[in-house]
Amino acid sequence: MRSRLANIDFIGVFLWVIRAAIIVAVVWGTTATILNNTYTTRQWTDFLVFGVAQGSMYALIAIGYTLVYGVLFMINFAHGEFFMSGIFTATVFLALPMDNAGWLDRNPLLGLLIIAVVSMVISVVIAVVTERIAYRHLRTAPRLVPLITAIGASFFWQNLYRGLLGGEQKPFPQLEVLTGTIPMLGTEIQKVHIVVIIVTIIMLIGLNFFIIRTKTGKAIRSVAEDKEVAALMGIDVDRTITITFITGAAMAGIAGVLYAMVYRQVHFFMGFIPGIKAFTAAVLGGIGSIPGAAIGGLFLGMFESVGPSLFLKGLGIPAFNQLKDVIAFTMLVLVLIFRPQGILGEPLAEKKA
Amino acid sequence: MKRTFAMLSVLMVAAMILSACGQATPEATEPPDVEVTEAPETPEPFECDDDIGCVTYAPDEPIRIASALVITGPDSQLGLDSQYGVEIAIDFRGQVAGHDVELQAEDDGCSAEGGQAAGQKIVSDPTIIGVVGTSCSGAGVPMSRVISEAGYFMVSPSNTSPVLTDPDNAWNPGYLRTAHNDKVQGAAIADYAFNVLGLTTAAAIHDGDPYTEGLTNAFRESFQALGGTIVAYTAVNKGDTDMRPVLTDVAAAGPPGFLYYPVFTAECALLSKQALEVAGLEDTVRSAADGCISDAAALAIGDASAGMYWSGPDIAFAGQLYEDFRAAYLDKYGTETLSVFHAHAFDATNMIFDCIESVGVLEDDGTLHIGRDAMRACLYATTGFDGITGTLTCDAVGDCADPKISISEIQDGDYVKIWP
Repeated sequence: MRSRLANIDFIGVFLWVIRAAIIVAVVWGTTATILNNTYTTRQWTDFLVFGVAQGSMYALIAIGYTLVYGVLFMINFAHGEFFMSGIFTATVFLALPMDNAGWLDRNPLLGLLIIAVVSMVISVVIAVVTERIAYRHLRTAPRLVPLITAIGASFFWQNLYRGLLGGEQKPFPQLEVLTGTIPMLGTEIQKVHIVVIIVTIIMLIGLNFFIIRTKTGKAIRSVAEDKEVAALMGIDVDRTITITFITGAAMAGIAGVLYAMVYRQVHFFMGFIPGIKAFTAAVLGGIGSIPGAAIGGLFLGMFESVGPSLFLKGLGIPAFNQLKDVIAFTMLVLVLIFRPQGILGEPLAEKKA
Repeated sequence: MKRTFAMLSVLMVAAMILSACGQATPEATEPPDVEVTEAPETPEPFECDDDIGCVTYAPDEPIRIASALVITGPDSQLGLDSQYGVEIAIDFRGQVAGHDVELQAEDDGCSAEGGQAAGQKIVSDPTIIGVVGTSCSGAGVPMSRVISEAGYFMVSPSNTSPVLTDPDNAWNPGYLRTAHNDKVQGAAIADYAFNVLGLTTAAAIHDGDPYTEGLTNAFRESFQALGGTIVAYTAVNKGDTDMRPVLTDVAAAGPPGFLYYPVFTAECALLSKQALEVAGLEDTVRSAADGCISDAAALAIGDASAGMYWSGPDIAFAGQLYEDFRAAYLDKYGTETLSVFHAHAFDATNMIFDCIESVGVLEDDGTLHIGRDAMRACLYATTGFDGITGTLTCDAVGDCADPKISISEIQDGDYVKIWP
C-alpha cells in the first residue's frame, strides 16, 4: 500500500515538474522576446494572419478526423490522402491545362469554382471507396485492426498517385486575382489569406447547419451516440456512416484547394504532414467535437506560426523555426495534461472510451 | 545459475571471435582473412605484407567493386546517373590487370540508415576491393566509418558536405571523393554575392541535412571572411510548407541583401515563392543551390524564378573523352545524362582502376593480389589524374576534385550559366 502511494506521488510530482518547467520556459522566453522588441507590430500581425490561414486548413481537415471518430471511434489515418487526392488530381488534369491555355486568368472565379468542385468530388470518391472496401468489413473487428488498415490505405493511395501522376512537385498556377495585398486592420494582408479565412468560415457555418438543422445531420449525431439504438429507430447506419465520410472528405477537398492556392505546389506526399497536424488539432480540440476540431486547428496554426518567435527567440535558441513542430506537439501534451479530453471535448463515456 | 553464466561466457567468446573474423580490422592480431592465408599453391607462395590484408582473385575470377548510390525513391535519378558513370567506366576499361571487373550495385537510400546498411553489406563480402559511393552526404557519414573500420576504401562521386573530409568531424582514413567540397561552392556564392552583386548583408537557411547545413555554413564563413555580415542563420524542416514565419523572422533580423537557401526542391520552391510575399524582403536577392536545379524545380518555382540565382557544379565539361562518354551513355541507357555527377563517378572508377594496376601483384598464372592498405595509399597519393572533370589531385583527407562552380539563373525555363 505504501509503495503504491509512493508511486502515485512520484508521477504526480513528475507531472508538476514538467508543467512548471514548460510554464517557466514559456514565460521567460516570451518576456525576453518582448523586452528585446525584435519584431514590429506589422510583423506580429503577419505572424497571426499566417497562423490563422494555416490553422483554417488544419481545421477543415481536422473535421474529417473528428466526424469519423465520432461515429466509428477509429482514427482514419488515410484522411490526409483524401485531402491530397482531390487537389492533386484537379491540379494535374484541370488547373495546369486551364492555365496553359490562358483560360484560368480570364475566368479566375469560374475556374477556381470548377477546380474546387472537382477536388471535392475526387476526395469524396476516394473516401467512399476506402470506406466501402477497407473499413466497412472491419466495423466489428478490434479497434487496432481498422487503425492499421487506415495506415495501409494511406500508403496505398500515396503510392497509387505517385505511380499514376508522378513523384515530382507539380506547380499550381498563380492567379492574378489572388496576388497582392489588401490594407486591413492597420496592416497589409495577402488576398489569398483573406480568401482562405472567409472560405473556411463559410464551410464551418455550412457544416454546423448541416449537422444541427438537417435530418441527415441528426442521423449522424444519433449514430455517433449509439449505433444500435439508431438502427432500431430506423436509421440506415451504413448509409449514415458513408455520409459522414463524404462530409469529411468534402471538407478535406476544399482544404486541398486552399492549400494549393496558398503554397502553389502539390505533391503525392503533401497529405501526410497536414494529416498528422490536423489529427493533432482534432485531439487538441477534443476528438469527436466539431467546434473542437475547428478551434483546435486554429490554435495549432497560430501556435506554430507565432510560437517559435514568441517563446523560443527570447531563449536564444539557434534556428528556432525548426522547432515549430516541437511547439505544436508540446502544446498538445500540455493540453492533454491539464485537460485530457481536449479543449472542447467532453469526458468520454465508458462505452466510447 | 552457474551453468547459465558459463554458457553465456562461451557464447560471448564465440561471438567475439566471429565478429573479429568478420571485420578484419587493421588492429586484428589474428591471422588475416581466410582467403589471404590460403595462398594459391604455387612453388613460391605470395606473402601478403600489407598492414590491413590482401584481396586475392584467382586467375578466372573478376575483380569485384561495389557501388552504393541512391538508386530508388525520389532522388533515384541522382544515383542512377552516377551508377551509369561507373558502368561505362568499366565498359571503356575492359580488363584491369588481366581481370574482368564485376560491379555489385547497392542502394544508399539517401539516408544515414541506408548508408549504414549498404556499408555493412559491402564489408561482409571479403572479395570486394572498394566502393564508389555514396550519393548523399547523409549516407556517406555512417558508411565512411563502416568502410574505413573494415579496412576498405570508398570514393564518392557525389558527396559534397565539408564534414566528410574534415578530420575533426566525419572523415575516416578510407574516404575519398571526386565531387567538390562545398567549402568551394560556399566560397563561390559568397564571392558572387559580395563582389559581383555588391551586397554586404546576407542570411542563410538550411534544412538540417548534412549537405545543406554544410553548404550554408561554408557560405557563412566565406561571406564573413570577405567582410560581409550574416544577419540571420536559421533552419526549416524538410516537409515544412509555411515558410512565411521563418522569412518574417529573417526580415526582422535585417532585412538582408542576400538570402541563400541551398535546400531541396520542395522547400526551395516554397521559400522562393513566399520570400516575395513577406514584408521587408522585397529587395532581397534570393539564391538556391544544386539541390534545387532540375526541371521539376524550375516548374515548381515558376514566375518566382525572376531575379533568383543558383550555385552549382559547372558540368560543361569539354574534351573527346566526354563526347565518347555521352555517346555511350545515350547508346546504353537510351537517355541523355540524368543528373550532374556521372562524370565524377567515371573519374572515381578510373582512379580506382589505375591504383589496382599500380599496386596489384599479378602472379604468372594470373592470380592477382591487392593490398588494401596499399590501395588506400595509392588513392590518397593520386596526383595529376587526367579525368573528364579535370585534373584530379587528392589531398591528405581525400578531397580529389578539380572543383568548378558556376552561378546560373533561369531564362525561359532553362538554367543558364552567367558566372564566371
